[in-house]
Amino acid sequence: MIKLNNIIATYTTVRGQVNAVDGVDLEVPTGTILGIAGESGCGKSTLLKVIYGDLTYPLSMTTGNVEYGIQDDLGKEITSESIRSYWFKRISYIPQSSMSSLNPVIRIRKQFLDFLDPSLDKRQVLEEVRTYVQQLDLPSEALDAFPHQLSGGMRQRIMVAMATFFQPAIILADEPTTALDVVVQKGILLLLMDLQEKMQNTIFFVSHDMGVHYQISHSMLIMYAAKAVEYGDSSDVFERPLHPYTKLLTESLPTIGDEHVRQGVAGRPPSLWEDLRGCRFAARCPLATDFCRSNEPEMVEYRPRHFAACHYAETNL
Amino acid sequence: MKTILKAENLRKVYKLGSLLRRITINALDDVNLVVQSDEPVIISLVGESGSGKTTLAKVILRLVEPTSGSAVIYDQVVAGEGNQPSHHQFLGRVQPIFQNPFEAFSSYRTVDSYLQTTAQRVNGLSATDAIGAMESALSSVGLKYPDVRGKYPNQFSGGELQRVSIARALIPHPQIIIADEPVSMIDASLRMNIINLFLSLKDDYKTSFLYITHDLATAYYISDYIAVMYRGTIVEFGRARAVLTDPHHPYTRLLLDSIPGVKRKWDRTRLTLADIETKEYAFEGCKFRNRCPLAQDVCTHQRPPAIRKEDGRDVYCHFA
Repeated sequence: MIKLNNIIATYTTVRGQVNAVDGVDLEVPTGTILGIAGESGCGKSTLLKVIYGDLTYPLSMTTGNVEYGIQDDLGKEITSESIRSYWFKRISYIPQSSMSSLNPVIRIRKQFLDFLDPSLDKRQVLEEVRTYVQQLDLPSEALDAFPHQLSGGMRQRIMVAMATFFQPAIILADEPTTALDVVVQKGILLLLMDLQEKMQNTIFFVSHDMGVHYQISHSMLIMYAAKAVEYGDSSDVFERPLHPYTKLLTESLPTIGDEHVRQGVAGRPPSLWEDLRGCRFAARCPLATDFCRSNEPEMVEYRPRHFAACHYAETNL
Repeated sequence: MKTILKAENLRKVYKLGSLLRRITINALDDVNLVVQSDEPVIISLVGESGSGKTTLAKVILRLVEPTSGSAVIYDQVVAGEGNQPSHHQFLGRVQPIFQNPFEAFSSYRTVDSYLQTTAQRVNGLSATDAIGAMESALSSVGLKYPDVRGKYPNQFSGGELQRVSIARALIPHPQIIIADEPVSMIDASLRMNIINLFLSLKDDYKTSFLYITHDLATAYYISDYIAVMYRGTIVEFGRARAVLTDPHHPYTRLLLDSIPGVKRKWDRTRLTLADIETKEYAFEGCKFRNRCPLAQDVCTHQRPPAIRKEDGRDVYCHFA
């Protein structure tokens, strides 16, 4: 179990402080894929940074903590402070654009080896990585290339290979296929699903594409304006959503063969700089009342393992 | 009937690399396409990155010169061989909308100044008449002129700013709007508002659209015709509903199978993916043959011709 306890993550800017993640409380069972969805600016990427322990200025975690449920070599619990020394080994990260996270003038294999403990025999590790990459039906020469020599899809598949090489307990993936074409995207997602089944890692998978989540996520967290609004098993969230925002997200997009007229949601998410009172979705919500506009809903477990933050979630039960 | 869009033997060759290691990329390789109608239509151009869909849009927008062939919009040659209208006339007929509205507008200029420039230069209106044109264009996209006046791009959300750029494109009352990935930067909850707007503009303004996208679901939702492209060639072209519900070309089928839908889970067999992308552009025969389950010898040597089916669609495959 990985526990996120009341996390508030804050960016410090010249205008002052703004909470990009505002009180997220979550228990994620080990060995599952958690999908995180929401619009740009809802805090989903920031939440990943917090879990990754990548808390550098201007981002800080003002309250809360992460219980990773994994121990270091001496049996001591790993915490947000110590997680950095386990990057790639116990926790790894697949970014959206590997082009901007890889150094363009250094070969991919060297960038990977630089992450490793100096005590390991790099040559031997490299041989093992080559074998592993081949097992995944990827050309091992790709490791010898510079990042720009590979296509976006190949680069992203190599990133998946490197991120899973040490069989880390936790993998964080931030829109890893958003920049790719659908056919390539499917190839990468199938690879990731296969590896996860074998290794039983816990994956936090951020995407704004509900179709991608439907295909790969075991459970879903929906975020809106820095808050968690719904959390539960994927089957429940997709088939019996409790929060009106989740409903709109899943129902608004067209599907091939379906002739229904689709409506977008009027308005836009509130600015996090405003004085936010009540439910943050109220301005765009078809169910909103004055009560919603003045009282903030809490996350409530309406069904076993299915939470929502909405005063009227019961109408959807 | 009017010829709304026609591409005739359209080719665009890019030369890359140094003198010694010259690579040529056939970004458009003999593209032929005809859409005829009396009513305005929405034509979608779909394909993966590198399929040539944006190059085709750029040729039609006269942003790049085709190597050979020609493009016709509403019975008038706009690019390539033939008599072309002046730049000024062209802007009155064809208008663009781009992917990222924050890049389309300078962050140091107010957005209404763009609308005003279009109204004055393209429509030739006086400063006072321009305001009327701006008001009516903005109201047709659901915005009010006073809410836009004097504002800079960063004061809008992506969806609102994309509406402003659509309003700008509407001011000259163009015959066709070329929209290159207009919703891919827009959040899911706002995307359908823009897509529905295209549908209502087609009816109210009688404007046709060329909608370039990689998203087949929205293409299905709004288009009358669809052209599927792969490595600079068209592989399937016809009525959107027919092509997307009953694809004939193996590549169209592969694309449709790869969409992560919310109705049916994927079959979990691994895919073979293309990794010799630059070589495929130079293929003489069918460009899809390396990934195609139906490929045979003839596909290597002979470019598949357009095969016209009963429902009027063209399929470029020897075995479809």
